[in-house]
Amino acid sequence: MDLVPNPSQTVGPFFHFSLTTAAHSVRCIAGPQAPGERVWLMCRVLDGDGAPLNDAMIEIWQANAEGKYNHPDDPRISAKDPTFTGFGRLGTDENGMCEFETIKPGRVPGPGNVFQAPHLNVAVYARGLLRQLYTRVYFAGDPANQQDPVLALVPAERRGTLMALSDPARPGHWRFQVHLQGEQETVFFDV
Amino acid sequence: MGPLANERSIITPYRRHEAGSQPPLSYPAYQSNVRRAPTKPLILLPHTLSEITGPIYGHGEIGETDNDLTRQHGGEPIGERIIVTGRVLDSNGRPVPQALVEVWQANSAGRYIHQRDQHPAPLDPNFTGAGRTLTDENGVYRFVTLKPGPYPWFNHYNAWRPAHIHFSLFGRAFLTRLVTQMYFPGDPFFPYDPIFQSVPDEKARQRMISKFDLETTQPNWATGYKFDIVLRGPEATPFEG
Repeated sequence: MDLVPNPSQTVGPFFHFSLTTAAHSVRCIAGPQAPGERVWLMCRVLDGDGAPLNDAMIEIWQANAEGKYNHPDDPRISAKDPTFTGFGRLGTDENGMCEFETIKPGRVPGPGNVFQAPHLNVAVYARGLLRQLYTRVYFAGDPANQQDPVLALVPAERRGTLMALSDPARPGHWRFQVHLQGEQETVFFDV
Repeated sequence: MGPLANERSIITPYRRHEAGSQPPLSYPAYQSNVRRAPTKPLILLPHTLSEITGPIYGHGEIGETDNDLTRQHGGEPIGERIIVTGRVLDSNGRPVPQALVEVWQANSAGRYIHQRDQHPAPLDPNFTGAGRTLTDENGVYRFVTLKPGPYPWFNHYNAWRPAHIHFSLFGRAFLTRLVTQMYFPGDPFFPYDPIFQSVPDEKARQRMISKFDLETTQPNWATGYKFDIVLRGPEATPFEG
């Protein structure tokens, strides 16, 4: 039987009291017991005028430090990892920002038996967006980025929009800006 | 076999959307969209483990009244009590069990409890308007709530949103994630609402409208609406990736 999926509609401005309450926000993607290099990722969402969005929501889905997803369709996972959900969800604040705590994921297999560089899968929701935008966060300076099969699909001059930048003054702290429009417009994917 | 071969995995990609069945990125009649929609084309991403896995999230966090929005406070909220129920299926017609369904809505006067909604309609101390539940093994979910009122917004002169309930669903994969809205049959605001009208295909728009259902309706207690939700499903053929 072939069915057509429901259309997406905007999350609107009023989702917070359901989706990002204290109980239903997920700031910590990897618990303190999860092995791996600890990462604090500050995300910021800006519109075409460079103004911060105070009503966006960001969701993150990522693999663990071994590059495995906590999901039954990852055939390399034998049991659910209790220290690590792989999922995060936060609303942005008045400055368009939100900060996740996680670990740097390992490398995940990609098409053609090539390993992907460490990355986080990101969905952005906001008033004004009729459907969520998918992007990825890579870690600037990681040598694996050179061989990543997904980055290879992106024109070289736009790859920088997918890079989180490390803060030299604060080890483990990374920043990722989402530009919805403009010269720096972030690369979004048709998944 | 080397380590790469050991890590080989079988990927079943998901079906892509049919033309016209989803809203476009850019839809300027919806004013908030103008400075927020990306202007450059999306880059087509072949599906990898990153896309076909997703958060198995929300299990065990469902409270007793989370699926009954009329029982979350000391007294009864004011408005038309309704039952909203349906099945969550994938595009192959298979039920999606254990899927988290989250909802939020205005009260019967059209007012959201959200602090950014300040239009002159009353709040109801007995109604928050947020709920969540999991689908059962047949993909069935059910909420008891109030019929939300329409409400004014600033998109254009005399703009009103049709009455709607927001739905957020986690299916099996990060790419099955769906945030949408459920509307009510015969709403007079459909022709004027750019959010509803943003979906190009007429049949696709109709799928966002719930159906009044006499069987779901309970005598002397609540009217019933059916709303089935279809998420993306996998392609028939796996490949090695």
